[in-house]
Order: sequence, then structure tokens, then C-alpha cells
Amino acid sequence: MNRAPPAANDGGHLQNDIIDAAALWSEAVFALTLFAVDPGIGLRLAARAGPVRQEWLRRLRAMLPEGEPFRKMPTGVAEAALLGGLDLAASLETGQPVLEKGLIASADGGVLCAAMAERMGEQAAGLLALALDRGMVTIERDGISRQAPARIGVLALDEGMEPDEAPPAALCERLGLWLSLEGADPRGSDDLGLDADEIAAARRLLAVVRPDEAAIATICQAAMAFGIVSLRVPSLALRAAAASAALAGRDRLSESDLETAIRLVLLPRAVTMPPMPDEPDEEPESNEAPDTAPDEEDGGQMPEDPPPPEPEASDEHDTADLEPTEDTAVETTDAALPADLLKALAAMARPPMNRAGAGRKGAFAARARRGRAVGTRPGDPRRERLDLIATLRAAAPWQPIRRKERAERTPDLLQRVLEIRSSDIRIRRHRGKSETATIFAVDASGSAALARLAEAKGAVERILAECYVRRDRVALVAFRGTKADVLLTETKSLTRAKRSLAALPAGGGTPLATGILAALDLARASAREGRTPLITLLTDGRANIALSGAAGRPQAIADARDAAKAVRASGIAALVIDLAQRPSEQAREIAAALGATYLALPRADSKAVSDAVAAAPRGPAVAPAGRR
Amino acid sequence: MTLTLSFWRDSVFSRPSKLGSLTAMRIAFPFAAIVGQDQMKLALSIAAVDPSIGGVLVFGDRGTGKSTAVRALAAVLPQMAGADCPYHCDPARPDEACEICRSRQKGKRAQKAVALPVPVVDLPLGATEDRIVGSLDLERALSAGEKRFEPGLLAKAHRGFLYIDEINLLEDHLVDLLLDVAASGENVVEREGLSLRHPARFVLIGSGNPEEGELRPQLLDRFGLSVEVKTPTDLKTRITVVKRRDAFERDPAGFTATYAAENAAVRDAILAARNRLGGVAVPDETLEKAAQLSIRLGTDGLRGELTLMRAARALAALQGDGAVLWPHLASLAPLALSHRLRRDPLDEAGSATRVERAVGELEAA
Repeated sequence: MNRAPPAANDGGHLQNDIIDAAALWSEAVFALTLFAVDPGIGLRLAARAGPVRQEWLRRLRAMLPEGEPFRKMPTGVAEAALLGGLDLAASLETGQPVLEKGLIASADGGVLCAAMAERMGEQAAGLLALALDRGMVTIERDGISRQAPARIGVLALDEGMEPDEAPPAALCERLGLWLSLEGADPRGSDDLGLDADEIAAARRLLAVVRPDEAAIATICQAAMAFGIVSLRVPSLALRAAAASAALAGRDRLSESDLETAIRLVLLPRAVTMPPMPDEPDEEPESNEAPDTAPDEEDGGQMPEDPPPPEPEASDEHDTADLEPTEDTAVETTDAALPADLLKALAAMARPPMNRAGAGRKGAFAARARRGRAVGTRPGDPRRERLDLIATLRAAAPWQPIRRKERAERTPDLLQRVLEIRSSDIRIRRHRGKSETATIFAVDASGSAALARLAEAKGAVERILAECYVRRDRVALVAFRGTKADVLLTETKSLTRAKRSLAALPAGGGTPLATGILAALDLARASAREGRTPLITLLTDGRANIALSGAAGRPQAIADARDAAKAVRASGIAALVIDLAQRPSEQAREIAAALGATYLALPRADSKAVSDAVAAAPRGPAVAPAGRR
Repeated sequence: MTLTLSFWRDSVFSRPSKLGSLTAMRIAFPFAAIVGQDQMKLALSIAAVDPSIGGVLVFGDRGTGKSTAVRALAAVLPQMAGADCPYHCDPARPDEACEICRSRQKGKRAQKAVALPVPVVDLPLGATEDRIVGSLDLERALSAGEKRFEPGLLAKAHRGFLYIDEINLLEDHLVDLLLDVAASGENVVEREGLSLRHPARFVLIGSGNPEEGELRPQLLDRFGLSVEVKTPTDLKTRITVVKRRDAFERDPAGFTATYAAENAAVRDAILAARNRLGGVAVPDETLEKAAQLSIRLGTDGLRGELTLMRAARALAALQGDGAVLWPHLASLAPLALSHRLRRDPLDEAGSATRVERAVGELEAA
């Protein structure tokens, strides 16, 4: 089962596996054919590097007409290389400004293939997005002002494995086809590979394919039923439908074209699943539906229930929360979808591709980039790293002038090869060196909640406001009963923080150890991204649920102490805010084990709390415990 | 290398005529064809009527047509008279003229004014500082060793609009620089023997998606109006949006032509409003109401009040009203004030709701 493709429920049967693998492969080839017919639709390919992907890419290359550019875009490609700029060597040599063509412009009329797109920076994604929107690139750099055509099709190779690894949202949104190669196997499939000539014929037909109003309405309805907010997506789906029609030699869209578009464009980004017609026996994918449906419901009606600790909560999902009207709109439109289309959908329902990635990549992808070089600017190289190339580039145009000036001033001296002045110096900017992330672990158990949770919320909100001003990141873990819930993965968005805080539930036991470890996980992830995490633990220290989930105070306290020591050992700074009515010994012990600053809430008016967060030591925890 | 050189030679030394053909390659979606998004269109129209309101910030979901609206704006802006200089100075305002125009004035040479489209300049992500403020003329510097200033994007945007998409992704030092120039109306260049200043008055338009990171609060309040755009959730509207988009992409020229009359109507309305603007009265009563509103909301400083008044006056002019009255204020208060409130995480309701609430209370009082 574990090796079975997601669509195969009866994965125990080897034969079915093979059939499914072949079917998945055909589907993948079909998607790639659509992309070859109209690269402008864009394709996001979720697959690990390997023979299957290699074979897929080989097919694609074979289908694209000869002479069309196919450019690879490596990860971490510099802005200058993407856009183009001054060709330093050539300019100096010829004494003429020579432009180096950027990657985007050089892919004009063809395909730009982004390798490891899940690691792409938001800047690069923004540039690609702009080129996709406008069909050209505008270059305003190195003294050059220029526009170049860039009608490109973007193929994003997404190797994201972790839920939070996904290409930047701005890019994903503009890529129509989302395809996963998971479980696909080219062996034993009689695929429908076309050659370049057939593709060229389909392209000619594509120019005259016209979607009618009914087709547009169906696509829009389906997009709404899936909870897809963006209006770009239905447009992309229409393009996919048109490409499918052109492939079949039709100049009008048929139902099967719409199905194709829905399956390959809309379904993988579905946020909600429309209720399927009542035919449970015929529904082959019944196992799949509950996987996706319930967490949407939780997301939809926030306040009472804690949202599940789903790291796969998606952006679209969040947006839907913002707008209660969206949910009702979705419900009312379900009925408008033709029933047979729904049935067809039910048959092809697969879990949305890479669900996690489908979503909140925005915040996450942005995060993954912090701490890296993000650009250059004039500045003092003693404080930041010198960017040699940019410096030379800035100096290049001045060389003739300076040489002339020097020759006039001091004619006897030998000419220098390069005249560099301080105004040329460029430094590399690293974003987020000082960026901090405050991870709140809030004890929402009965003992803490009844007394002080409202105050704790107040304190957290206060700190949130401060963090917002300092542009810190915040994350929120609440623990109660037997588990800890990540209510908010690290974000800079106040909107999201506010929402999840409002939903903070209370009551139940105190699984302190679990809470601390959940916070530690977040803190470690944050540190890996190059930020400085700070754990702010709000608790009364009365642990009574052990790590195993069993009730029992002694074991619970021992576990909590161990968890606290683990935090200390990781060198992550912490702050304990005691929620107990009177300063409690337990909370102070935990603070000591954490090596944390201790603050009792009775004294911790909100200002003291936020001051403490601001002043808390970052990096290895060295603060003495027991500060009063 | 020779190949590269010949290919790019035109481009490096591109003159407006050559750029023109490339720009035409990409026709903008017609302003009048944008479905819904009334607040965004209103804010942009107001900025077109009275550029002194100080910029428009558009924040919202992806795929809501933020940049479409801004790029569509150029086509509905009435032409302007400009001098024949890199900054297309206003012949009617000799006091604000650039150095070139001044020297011509001194020389008593007749100032030639030409009708020009109002510039709507896109500041692309990845633009470098030297191209924004202007820098050494590369061609002259490299080939002739001559030091000459080549105006940058700020010069291009003078008397027009400067648009930054994804403003929350723009590097902080560039945002600071832009806001600084926008506030002072002048661009100062100081670099190794290049020392000059030129007028740079423009309406800054920024757009972005708050989920990707919010704008620093200090920056928010530098914008005159802010609009929050949402994706339409009504199926009919959505179908219309997708339909028009599809029709436009198939035949940009033909689609744009069908909206020519409506676009012209928008342009005429803006022009008429500009002519009326000076004659719109602002009664003391209205001023008092605006002050009360600001106090009630606790907005800092007078900037909010001032913007609200100016925007309301432009709205009155657009609607053909002779005086600014409470309804004008009430409808614009969320746009002019909501981004100036201190963010209050305790308040679940958004800032716009708080402004609307205050407006309602004041109305009842």
C-alpha cells in the first residue's frame, strides 16, 4: 500500500498498481501535450528527479517545435541573470554598452523550465509573474532602460517534499496545469505521444478555438465549487480546455475538454470538494473524500472548534475564512453544476496534488528565502559583504571619464587599469539577518484557562502588535487535553495571527511537555531558515498529562522538565509567563529548566510582557531564571 | 559577440519611437471593461482628478485585477501639455520648470508645448536604484567619455503615475527613496560630478497581497487613499470577468475598440471634474465633520483629514456637485482613513469596518 499511487485504494493488488501506474503516466503525457500545444498555460510538475521525470521531459522536448527556445532556470538565479543587464566584460572591451540578454527574454516564444521551483525566491517568482502577465520584460538596471518581448511558457519542476515546500504562490497561481508524477510509470503504457508536427497542427487550430458562454459558465461554476478564489484560474482552465479541443481537432469545446480542464487545472488546487451526488456505491474514491472534506469544514466555521493542527492549511483556505460569503456562495452554486459532470468529477477525484504546497506557500516560500542575499545596493563594505560584480558593473561606465580626468590631473602617473571610487561600491544585502520569530506556546488547559486565559490572550495580542511594528514573525501553539495544536505557523501576517488567536479554544488537561516540544519543533524550523526564534511559554506550570497522553502529575512534570531541557540544549531562548493566580513554583521550575526569563502575569501588565519579549536574549539562552 | 551587439544596439540607445512599437505590442485592458471593483476605480479616478491626494494603495487577493486596473488607467487619462524636455514640464507652471526649461526661459526662446499622454510608469521588480533616480548616460560615457545625466524612471513619471506592483516585495531602501521623492516633488541626484535636481511630482500607486507580508505601518500612512480589493464571489460577475478576459486575450485591438466610447466617457468625466474642481465649495460644516471623524477614529496628524477633504472635493467634482457634503465624506472615509488607524489586534473587525462604524455613529449623532 505504501508504494501505491494515491488513486489506488486497492493497492494490495499488484496488477491494479500496474494499470494505475500506466493510467497515471498517460494522464501525465496528456497534460504535457496540452502544455506543448499552448505553453502559455504553464505547468507545475510535482515530481522528484528520476527516470520518470526524465522521460517526461524528454517527451516534452520532442513535442516542442524545433528552434523554439527551451531555457533552464537554475535555483537561486540572480535577478541580473533573469532580466539581463550590462555585459561587463564586453562593455569594457568594446567601450560600448553591451547588453547581456536575460534568461526570461531569451526564452521568448518558448519554454522556461525552472528547476527546483520550490526553492525559488519570491523576487524571481515576481519577475516571472510579471513576464507572464505582460508578455514582456522591462529592464531598468545598470543604466539601461529597455523592454523585450517575453511570451514564455513556464514549466516549474517542483520537488517539494515537505508540506511547506512549494513554489511561490505568485508563480503557482499563474501556472494552469498542476501535475504530479507520483505513481506514474512509463513502462507498459501505450501512450499518446504526439510529434512536433501534430503539435504544430493543433497550435494552428488553437487560434480559432472559441469557448462559448456555456463553457465559460461551467468553468466558473466548477472553480467556485472547488473554492478557488482567484479569477486567473478559470481563465487558465479555459485555455487548457481550448488546447484540448485543438488537440482533438475541434474548433469548439466539448464536454470532455471541460472535463480535462477541470481535472488538470481546477481539481489539483481544490480547496473544497463539492458534495458528490448520492451514489456511494458507485463512488470509487470514497476513501479519498473524507481526507479533504473535514478539514475544510473546520476551516470554514472557525471560532468554537480548534482548527486541527493541520500544517497543510492553505492560503486559499484562509482567504475563504476571511470572507464568509465565499462559503455560502459555494453552497448555492453546487446545485448549478450539472449532475453528470459532478459524477464524472467524483470518478476522477484524487486527493489534490501536494495539498500542502497548494496553499500557503506564500508565507512559507517567502520565509525560506530570508537570510540569503537578496540584492545589492550602494553601501559600506565594512558592514556588509562586498558585491564585486555589481561594483565593477557600477564602475564600468565611468572608466573613460575617470581615465581622462586622471590623465589631466596627473599626466605623469601611469594609467590605472580600473578606476574604482567609493560611490561604485555595492554591497550584498542579506535580508532578515536580524529577523526574529516569536513562538507562543499557550497553555489553554482548564486550570490555566479558567483563571487567566483571557489575560494571556490579551498579552499575546499585545505582543503581536509589537511584533507587527518590528516586523517580527509570530507562530502560535496551543496545548490542552492531550495534544498541542499549531494554530498558526510562522507568519508575518497580522491578519492571520488575529484570526487564529480569536479561535484559541480552552479547557482540558495540561500536556505541558507536548506543548513545549511542539514549540521547539517550530523554533528549530525557524532557526533552520536563518532566523532567531524565541519561545514564549504562557502556562501555570501545572502539568498533568504526560507525553504519552496519560494522565498523571509526576510523569507529566518529569516529561515537561525533559522537554524544557531539550529546548535549553538547542540553545533556543525562551520566556515563561506564569499564568497562575499567584506566582507558582512549578512555572518557575519550568523556566529554570528552560533557562528562560520568568515573568509572573500578575506583574506582567501587557507593557511589561512586550518589553520582556523585546529584551529577551536571542541565541543561546543565558538568562537567569527566577527574575521577579 | 557581434551578433549580440547588433541585436541589442537599438535597444540600448532606444529612443521613444522605438519603445513605442514595443509598447503597442501590449495593449492594455480597457478601463471601462473592468467588472466591479468600484472602489479601486473610484480611487484611481480621484487621483486622476486631483493628483495632490498623495497616492493610492491597492491591497488584496491575487487575481483581482489590481494591476489590470492601474495599467488600464493610462488610456483614460486626458492628454497634457508638456514642454519638449526630458521631464515634460508643465508650461503653465514656470516656477516648477526643470533647468533646461529655465535656461530656455532666460534665453527668451519660445517654449514649445506639445500634447502628451500622461505617463503611467511601471516600476518593475528588480529595477536598480540608478535607473530609478537616473544616472550616467551609458552610451556617452563609454564611447565618448562624456559625463551626461540620463533621466531615470522618476523623470519619466513626472506629472503622471508611478506604479509599483508587489510593493511589499520591493526592497525597503527603494520604497523609502520613492516615498521621499513623492513627498518632496523633487529628485536630487548627487554623484561624482553629476549633481542636479529635477521636478518629480507623481502619484504613487502601490499594490500587493497582504498574505505575502504587510507594508510597514510607517509607509501605509504616506499613501493618500487605500483600497482593499476582494475577488467577486458572485457567479455572474465572475463569469463576466472571465468572459471579457477571454475576449480581450483573443483580440486585444478589437475588444478595446468596443470599449472606446465608454473609455472616452470616463476620460471626459475626469476632464470635466478637473475643470470643476476649483469651483467646488467646502463648507465649514463639512470641515468640522471631517475633523470630528478623525478625532473619533484617533487618526494621528492632519494628513488624514486633509486627504479626506481633498478626495471628497474631487468626488463632488466628479459627480457634478457644487459643494462637498457629508455623503461625499462618508463614502470616502474608509478609503482615506482606514489605513491610518493604529492596527488593533484586539479588534476582529478590519480597519475599514471601524471607519464605517464611526461614520455611522457620527451620522446618527
